[in-house]
Amino acid sequence: MDDLLREFLTESSEHLETIDIELVRFEQDPNNETILRNIFRLVHTIKGTCGFLGLPRLEALAHAAETLMGKFRDGMPVTTGAVTLILATLDRVKEILGELERTAAEPEGVDGDLIGELERMALGPPEPAPAAPPPSPKPVAGEMVLQILERPLKPGEVSLDDLERAFRETAVEEIAPLPAPVAPPPPAAAAMPEAEPAPKPAPARPAPRAEPKPERPEGGEGDGVSKVQTIRVNVDTLEHLMTMVSELVLTRNQLLEIARREDDSAYKVPLQRLSHVTAELQEGVMKTRMQPIGTAWQKLPRVIRDLSSELNKKIELVMQGAETELDRQVLEVIKDPLTHMIRNSADHGIETGPERKAAGKPERGTIRLNAYHEGGTITIEISDDGRGLDFGAIRRKATERGLASEAEVERMSEAQVAKFIFHPGFSTAKAVTAVSGRGVGMDVVKTNIELIGGTIEIRSEPGRGTTFTIKIPLTLAIVAALIVSARDQRFAIPQVAVLELVRVKPGSDHSIERINGTPVLRLRDRLLPIVPISKVLGLPGAEAEAGDEGFVVVSQVGRQRFGILVDGVFHTEEIVVKPMSSKLRHIQLFSGNTILGDGAVVLIIDPNGVAKMVGSGTGENGFGADEAVEPGPAEHDETVTLLVFRGGGQSHKAVPLSLVTRLEEVDAAKIEWVGGRPLIQYRGRLMPLVPAGPEVAIRREGSQALVVFSDGDRSMGLVVDEIVDIVDDRLDIELAADRSDLVGSAVIRGRATEIVNIAHYLPLAHDDWSSGGPVKAVGASRTVLLVDDSAFFRDMLTPVLKAAGYRVVTAGSADEAMGVLGSGLRVDILVTDVEMPGRDGFQLVEAVRAGGRHAGLPVVALAAGVTPELVERARRLQIGDFVAKFDRAGLVQSLNDLDVPQEIAA
Amino acid sequence: MSNPATTDKPAGAQAAGAHNELVTVRVAGELLGVPIGRVHDVFVPNSLTSVPLAPGEIVGLLNLRGRVVTALSLRRLLGVGSAPAGSTQTALGIEHVGESDGLLVDSVGEVMKLDPEQRQPNPTHMDRRWAALSRGVYRLDGELLIELDVDAALAREPSRQAA
Repeated sequence: MDDLLREFLTESSEHLETIDIELVRFEQDPNNETILRNIFRLVHTIKGTCGFLGLPRLEALAHAAETLMGKFRDGMPVTTGAVTLILATLDRVKEILGELERTAAEPEGVDGDLIGELERMALGPPEPAPAAPPPSPKPVAGEMVLQILERPLKPGEVSLDDLERAFRETAVEEIAPLPAPVAPPPPAAAAMPEAEPAPKPAPARPAPRAEPKPERPEGGEGDGVSKVQTIRVNVDTLEHLMTMVSELVLTRNQLLEIARREDDSAYKVPLQRLSHVTAELQEGVMKTRMQPIGTAWQKLPRVIRDLSSELNKKIELVMQGAETELDRQVLEVIKDPLTHMIRNSADHGIETGPERKAAGKPERGTIRLNAYHEGGTITIEISDDGRGLDFGAIRRKATERGLASEAEVERMSEAQVAKFIFHPGFSTAKAVTAVSGRGVGMDVVKTNIELIGGTIEIRSEPGRGTTFTIKIPLTLAIVAALIVSARDQRFAIPQVAVLELVRVKPGSDHSIERINGTPVLRLRDRLLPIVPISKVLGLPGAEAEAGDEGFVVVSQVGRQRFGILVDGVFHTEEIVVKPMSSKLRHIQLFSGNTILGDGAVVLIIDPNGVAKMVGSGTGENGFGADEAVEPGPAEHDETVTLLVFRGGGQSHKAVPLSLVTRLEEVDAAKIEWVGGRPLIQYRGRLMPLVPAGPEVAIRREGSQALVVFSDGDRSMGLVVDEIVDIVDDRLDIELAADRSDLVGSAVIRGRATEIVNIAHYLPLAHDDWSSGGPVKAVGASRTVLLVDDSAFFRDMLTPVLKAAGYRVVTAGSADEAMGVLGSGLRVDILVTDVEMPGRDGFQLVEAVRAGGRHAGLPVVALAAGVTPELVERARRLQIGDFVAKFDRAGLVQSLNDLDVPQEIAA
Repeated sequence: MSNPATTDKPAGAQAAGAHNELVTVRVAGELLGVPIGRVHDVFVPNSLTSVPLAPGEIVGLLNLRGRVVTALSLRRLLGVGSAPAGSTQTALGIEHVGESDGLLVDSVGEVMKLDPEQRQPNPTHMDRRWAALSRGVYRLDGELLIELDVDAALAREPSRQAA
């Protein structure tokens, strides 16, 4: 491929990108002449060059597009259809250019379709007169007129290329007389057949160009996109330059070192100058690697425009900080992820016009792209004002896909839930559109960003929009690093990963302690796992000398925090990262190497690798110490998972989580009042709402927290002020006999907490709930035989059990119970008080176990206090569980655990 | 033995053996030859940075005029133990798959032009480790010269077994 052609390809594709952007702008602002002129000029340049290089296909396309744009300039209304057509033409031009690049020849093909369209559109409505003379076969003629007519109108906007070409072309051809008259159509048309299109548009140009020439300076300046003073340099050349400069820096450092030792002042001054020049040179070369992030954004306006029409949404793209510079290597990596995220925002984030209107938002959605420097990193924010993430849908999907259990998912914070969208194949889109929703992408986005040491975060507010924040290092090639030592060897740790440095020494404030041999550091009341670097690196002598003296480099990888123990810390230095040799790339602990100022090669420690290496050595959660991972709730049956909330007053209230179907945050505006009672439409049904206490006011605006309880197909929403937490704790309830809305109170997480009696609220929601009406769902009906000598307790527990979905039969004594069991009535579970006059609970169970069809009946025993003797007796009688007599919630839970789950939370 | 090297032959597929100019090196007393086309530099390595956890034959990294070079010990590749303490090793700078490697040898001798026709296959009872790195043997006056297979020596695969 000759140089000229290559030059043309690079230049044209740049021009085309600009045109893409400008056209989209123009469509929004059709009266802006500057933009139009700019586009016109660029298309024109392409056309001209094509002609010069003998690329007829391209030229014809560019020409037809130019014609249509000429019409716009003459005042033809700009329509979306026309712009789309021009964009389509540009796409075709790009295709041809791509082919050209591969094969160095213009591909075969006909563009009659597009050209015809363009011409039709150009000739279209306004001027019936010119439309007649130049019929389809001689399209060029038609525009010729226009161009000639226009030319005098805008003398200022001639580009250098045009002038040059004009110059060349005038030299070749001498059709100067053409310009003035309006007559040319026939001659031009006549000339066309034999002369190839190339010269055709050209002849028109030369003459008029002649005059504007002198004015070019001002004209050029006034033009927004006038030529910047740049030259194109091959990237390899730059890389090479970079290497040479690095070498120069090293040599300079060596010289300085020598000069320091030898006190010969003759060298001093020139050396100092050399040093300065080198520093500046280094800086200059570094700069050549930097590119404004805007170059990665160039395609986005077009993407958004196409999406808007495809999805039928109105979207505005606001870009800020396009001039922010970053390393071109980094730029390459983030280009595609950015495009992908923008598409996602447009597709998933922004609602359709009517939806937005209904939500009280402006019809036009906005996607905002913002980039800025922050410390040694660049922050890129992509935010939309759309509907926000649907946390409910994500939770559901996460459970469906088995990424987490329902309970886990419910417990997660929104930020944690949002992270699920980075799982491969995760999509909550209801329909797969051409744009997105296939669930590919976000994981790739994350991988790409993490690949270059970046991080990505999501913030989302339902109804308000979503913001993605990407933080990436300024450059891959040069990073600030902390130089540390371990066993006389130096290593570099990238500064981005370093949070702080702590000096440790046995016996001082900060000293390393050991838990089961694993070193930890207590830092501000948190336990920090410590990784002695010399040990993981297997440096000689590391095993023998368990040195707990040195420095701890506190690092963070993702959410893991840990400390790297090193022997010494020197200084920070800007290092040029060089990749590891392929022979060494398998060592996870190093991300590369570098040459320090003194010429020594130093390995760069990869904190990710350190985390991984140690993580794999000590099991999955080796590093979880800082993530406050709760030890599994499997220790003892004594702990109960409780939902803690506030509802009326400042005191905390709690309810066993097993009774709760769901936690909801609803829009208060959706709460309806029917006959003075609050209701809300919930999953296609009306659900009554009951305040958790007389002081709880149901909100009229904002969002309202609800705790939903379900029984069969009925639900109620308990209105609470705030959901506080979900905790696992022992439940030692002190009875509160005087209040029916409470089971009692307990100390949960060191705080007095009222345990709510759901049985009290259910009748408030549904009058017939407690009366054991037609509540039961078919499978949920199990019969409990409740045996207690105290009528009070029978009465107290019956509604609780009923509320939990059981049919209840009561008996006042063991004998009575035996009578019930013998009557043929179906009994599924026996709940009995242990202490009863006459035959006690144990004797009753003994009798049951003795034989008959109820011998295997599950039993739950109620006792005022539990002693080892009781437990032993209970075990021998295969009594399923012991429950404190006043622990109503505990009883329900015990019943649930005992047998087939009762699906309270159906 | 003095076979005129025909330089006009293109360095084509078969060219590796066409004009055989070998740089002779000594490792543990044995004479080996490295094709001269592969050798970019001959230098004395200093200030090696050892790489923890690296395969045994990798001695470390060093700075050669601003490039980071991975130094490999030919002794360890051949399994003849480390160089005696106090001896200075010399390195051959070799480009391999776009990376700079340095092959450490005990000493570097002269450049010999040898006729590939006279190269003989490895003796069958040759140590396997040696055979893997040898392209054949030349019989010189009173000595044998083994032509080193540079690519095999610098390939990543055998690194584990040699460790």
